[in-house]
Parts: sequence; C-alpha cells; structure tokens
Amino acid sequence: MTHNNYIYIAVMALVSYAIRILPLTLIRKPIKNRFIQSFLYYVPYVTLAVMTFPAIIQATQSPAAGAVALVVGIAAAWFGASLFQVAAGCCAVVFVLEFFI
Amino acid sequence: MESKQRLLEPQLVQTGRADQFSRKVFCDGMRDGVPIALGYFAVSFSLGIAARKAGFTPFQGFLVSLLNNASAGEYAAFALIMANATYFEVAVITLIANARYLLMSCALAQRFAPETPFWHRLLIGYDVTDELFGITIARPGNLNPYYTYGAILLAAPAWACGTALGIIAGNLLPLRVVSALSVALYGMFLAIIIPPARKDRIVAVLVVISFALSFLCSYLPGISALSEGTRTILLTVAISGAAAVLFPVRQEENEDDA
Repeated sequence: MTHNNYIYIAVMALVSYAIRILPLTLIRKPIKNRFIQSFLYYVPYVTLAVMTFPAIIQATQSPAAGAVALVVGIAAAWFGASLFQVAAGCCAVVFVLEFFI
Repeated sequence: MESKQRLLEPQLVQTGRADQFSRKVFCDGMRDGVPIALGYFAVSFSLGIAARKAGFTPFQGFLVSLLNNASAGEYAAFALIMANATYFEVAVITLIANARYLLMSCALAQRFAPETPFWHRLLIGYDVTDELFGITIARPGNLNPYYTYGAILLAAPAWACGTALGIIAGNLLPLRVVSALSVALYGMFLAIIIPPARKDRIVAVLVVISFALSFLCSYLPGISALSEGTRTILLTVAISGAAAVLFPVRQEENEDDA
C-alpha cells in the first residue's frame, strides 16, 4: 500500500499539536499519579538516547568517525557547550576525520 | 545573595498584567531566539537529509517542520515512513518521541497569569520545544507570551527553511559533507540529554542503559528485523516504565513550588 505524504504530515502535525496544547488548555492541573509523572520524566532521556546510539555510527560513511563524534558530543555537552556548539562540533569531527579514514 | 536579589527583583517590580505587549519584552525574546534559530538551522539541515530519504519534497519538508517543530519526533517519523509505515505507526512514534513536550506544557500552564487571554495558550502551544521552553521558563514571574513570540518568530522559520534546504542540498552536496552534516541532529540530542544526566545520576545510568540496549537490539536476531521506529517505541516504553517503577521521582520535583 502506498501512503500519501500529506496525510503523514497531517497525522504528525495533529499529534504534535495535541500533545502540547492539551496540558495548556484542558488538563490545567498538575499530574498527580506518581507512576505517570515518573514515566513522563524519564521518557525524553530514554527516547533520545535510544535514537542516538547506534544510529550516529550508522549515519556517517565511516562508523569510526561517528563514534568519535558521539564521544566529542557527550564531552562538549557535559562541559556546558550550547546546542549549536555541540551540533557543529560533531559535524566538524566527522568532516575532518573522514579525510583520513 | 546579591545575585539572588537581582533574580527576584523583576518579580517584585512586576505590576499589573504580565501578558501586556511591550516592545522591550518582544525584542528580548528575539535576542534570546538568535542562538536558538542558528542551532535549529544547522540541525534541521540534517533533518532534511533524512526527509529526502523518506521521499519528501522540499515543500513537504518545510511543511512538516513548520507544523511540528520537533526534532526527534520528525526524525523518528521519517525513519518509519522510509519503511512505508502505516499512519497509525507514525502517530504512535510522534506521540512517544514528543511526549516530553506534554510535561513542558504542564509546567508552562502553571506560569500563565489567570487573566491572560485564552488564545495565547493556543499560540504558545504551537512551538513548545526543549530550547524555547528553556528560555521561557527561565524568566521570573508570570509568563509574558510576547517574549516567547519574539523567539518563535526567528526559531520556527529557521527550523522550517533549514529542513527544506537540507532536502535540496542533500542532492547537491558531496557525500562527505552530507555524512558530516547528518550527525548534527544527534549532537542536538546529546545537548538535550547530557546536561541533566550530569545532574541526576539515575538519568545518567538510564542514558547508558538506553545506548546499550538500543545497540543490542539493532543486532539481535528477531528484534533487529523490526523497523528502527518500532524498536524506539518498544525500548522507550520498556526502559522508562521500568525506571518509573524502580526510581519514582520525588513528588515535590514537578509540583508547584510556590
């Protein structure tokens, strides 16, 4: 079955907007359930970590360059580099390393 | 002491309504939006490279980013669409990857002054992202939506245009450059998860476990046959669920500290 890109876009947009708008409009009270609260607290870190590795070493032409970019990115973020600095740093590492690998 | 005093001052001085338009507040938002827009532009470029692989035209990519304003959510959806996913699967991955915005909106909802007109909530909800949430919540006192609008005015177009350009340039740039740019998105993810991991040891452990299990699942027979997006959903629910049972967050943490 083939899918329509515009329906994909509509589905994504609808879900994204609903997630943000529901707490601002309907559910105005803080979430009291401790499990849901904890679950929602951990979800972002887990999702992003799962999505980052091993994908980052598969995204580059040479896996080694991706691995070094991961280490550099973690170190830069650890020492307080901004979003732009971390992202640009990772790109620069891959760009330079792939000259040699 | 001194710095604390200065932090509290605007709150004390604040008189009348917090939601009034003022050129200064709007310009403050634009000023703080500049570095965010810059980062978004670089990162969305690599998002565009993924969008192109999923078969999106530059205009469609522009539309996705303009309507979603979500890095991980869009990327995960593109990965699924590449594998010809159903609309339902795309809805689920968008929900999971963007679940953190639910929490951020909950926190923002507490900061609206009661007299703020309702439509501001609908507009602010358009662009709740890690970075825009960060600068909005960092301001003392009740939320002035015009501050956030100033930042959105720069950040949202940068995100959407970067995505479209990424789709166009993915064809034109040499492979080596595309290879380098494609890690920008992961750099952004690291910039989001590593600073909290430094402060909270449980988060740090979870990040390491997530890396390890994600790596394992991408090679394990059976599980590795599932699409990347499906694996992300399963792993996120399993790991976060286990963590929520084993290490429930302390109740005070997310509650109104007023």
